[in-house]
Amino acid sequence: MGWAIALHGGAGDIPVSLAAERRKPREAALRHCLKVGVNALKAQKSPLDVVELVVRELENNPHYNAGRGSVLTREGTIEMEASIMDGNTKRCGAVSGLTTVVNPISLARLVMEKTPHIYLAFDGAERFAREQGIETVDSSHFITQENIERLKQAKEANRVQIDYTPPIQKDEKKETPTANGDSQLGTVGCVAVDSHGNLASATSTGGLVNKMVGRIGDTPIIGAGTYANNLCAVSATGKGEAIMRGTVARDVAALMEFKGLSLKEAAAYVVEECVPRGNVGLVAVSAKGEVTMAYNTTGMFRACATEDGHSEIAIWPSVQN
Amino acid sequence: MGGWAIAVHGGAGVDPNLPPHRQEEAKKLLTRCLNLGISALRSNHSAIDVVEQVVSELETDPLFNSGRGSALAANGTVEMEASIMDGNGRRCGAVSGLTTVKNPVSLARLVMDKSPHSYLAFSGAEDFARQQGVELVENEYFITEENVGMLKLAKEANTIVFDYRIPAVGSDTCSAVAESRFQMNGLPISVYAPETVGCVVVDSQGRCAAATSTGGLMNKMNGRIGDSPLIGAGTYACNLCGVSCTGEGEAIIRGTLAREVAAVMEYKGLGLQEAVDFVIKERLDEGFAGLIAVSNKGDVACGFNTTGMFRGCATEDGFMEVNIWE
Repeated sequence: MGWAIALHGGAGDIPVSLAAERRKPREAALRHCLKVGVNALKAQKSPLDVVELVVRELENNPHYNAGRGSVLTREGTIEMEASIMDGNTKRCGAVSGLTTVVNPISLARLVMEKTPHIYLAFDGAERFAREQGIETVDSSHFITQENIERLKQAKEANRVQIDYTPPIQKDEKKETPTANGDSQLGTVGCVAVDSHGNLASATSTGGLVNKMVGRIGDTPIIGAGTYANNLCAVSATGKGEAIMRGTVARDVAALMEFKGLSLKEAAAYVVEECVPRGNVGLVAVSAKGEVTMAYNTTGMFRACATEDGHSEIAIWPSVQN
Repeated sequence: MGGWAIAVHGGAGVDPNLPPHRQEEAKKLLTRCLNLGISALRSNHSAIDVVEQVVSELETDPLFNSGRGSALAANGTVEMEASIMDGNGRRCGAVSGLTTVKNPVSLARLVMDKSPHSYLAFSGAEDFARQQGVELVENEYFITEENVGMLKLAKEANTIVFDYRIPAVGSDTCSAVAESRFQMNGLPISVYAPETVGCVVVDSQGRCAAATSTGGLMNKMNGRIGDSPLIGAGTYACNLCGVSCTGEGEAIIRGTLAREVAAVMEYKGLGLQEAVDFVIKERLDEGFAGLIAVSNKGDVACGFNTTGMFRGCATEDGFMEVNIWE
């Protein structure tokens, strides 16, 4: 039994032909965030601190759909949400509808620690952010050109995009087009366990491209996008509506508890049986220091490491040898 | 068994000294709503239609904490939330932060049926309501004198009031408060009690549905979301059962209470009552809550670890019961 950590930057129909200039910065970010997390675990930081730290890094990275780099609502605005959960105590915090908070995951943590509530949203959450003195900036800080493009395409196609597909370059070929041409990415998250079996999970997102203003997805919903108890910690990504009705994060833990499945079996079962194909991915760690990363999409930006030296950074299914 | 079944609730956690006339009032309302549901079920309405209709009726009545009669947020306004789930297909809809929508549960249904999403909140939800042409009213419509009084008390005590119960007499109740041993969310039950509403139904086709609606905690921070609109926490329905919870929101959320009942049935093979008992006993830690549930087999069950829960249930074979205490 040792520490373990896993993080994701979104599951979806990531084309294997993804251009290098799009793939490399994301891989580099995964590598960097994994390192941040591993170093923190080695320095004996609590898993709760570790997952917050890693998700903050992902939020700050403009290539992922969280914090800076968040996708845009149909009005071209930013509405971010996040949640965090501590496995030991099952204390949790969640936020939605943030427009100026640089690190939504940190505000979620403050809700957990500084209020008698679990979940604050929109104006009330923004007001709380100011009371707490957490870093806020003008909303334009979060908006990237890529996302302006994505919104434009989504509007042209009149669809809500579950992802942030690379804005289509004329010469880019997509090898695996889905029925509606979207690749499905979105949301970042991190789960961690220390050598004492303490678990934590954190998830953060800008939501769906072209979503209705006020739309809340699975990310801030405890049991859907985020869950941690004394058995495991789970963070999910994909189509929010599907993850919500599938209570994905909770179900992984429930299968372990009630059916005695292992972490890997439970995660595989949930992504294969509980949510339609092409809709979900998740990362999870167990109290025993195991790690699993499962998805039913073409790929998932992900990384993991365990104390015994294993580490992995990947986008598509790993080749088994 | 088999056949339809229905249960309604008006909150878990009741002051043991609740005056008899208040108890009667509550039982009358529960009976009326139950009969509304029974009538609809006998006319072969689907479970999803019935839960919406019944919760809508509870919202319209000012007695419990939903729709009109909702608890007040810190700034004296009403912010309502609700969710609804159709076990047949597990589609769901939820809303939060509503201030002008007369029937939150109906808007939640529209989110489920008429939007590409499952959960809309605050101004986005209000915009959607306008587009859908649902009945809108001024925020004052929802505010009752009783609740204005309760908010004042809560602020004086500078604590969150769980839901509300008007003290029979000011100073007498203060001493009663001091003597009351049962507390929820750190407050004595004689003054503060939760009264979220909900309904669960299994129709004659074995389809389950659930819906929950609330104004939330008295004196809550504006923007605070509780368990009622959260799928898996306050509300859940699948092909096996329908569940609606009430009580300490924070405890219900971390216990993912509604989903839990279904999960133990699904993954452990427990029957409905066993599942309900298990969840109430094992999943609440120091929290206080109650829930109602129906199964696709036509069973109905309720469970609570609070002093009392306003509830009523009925099954097709003629069984009917409205109760407050154990």
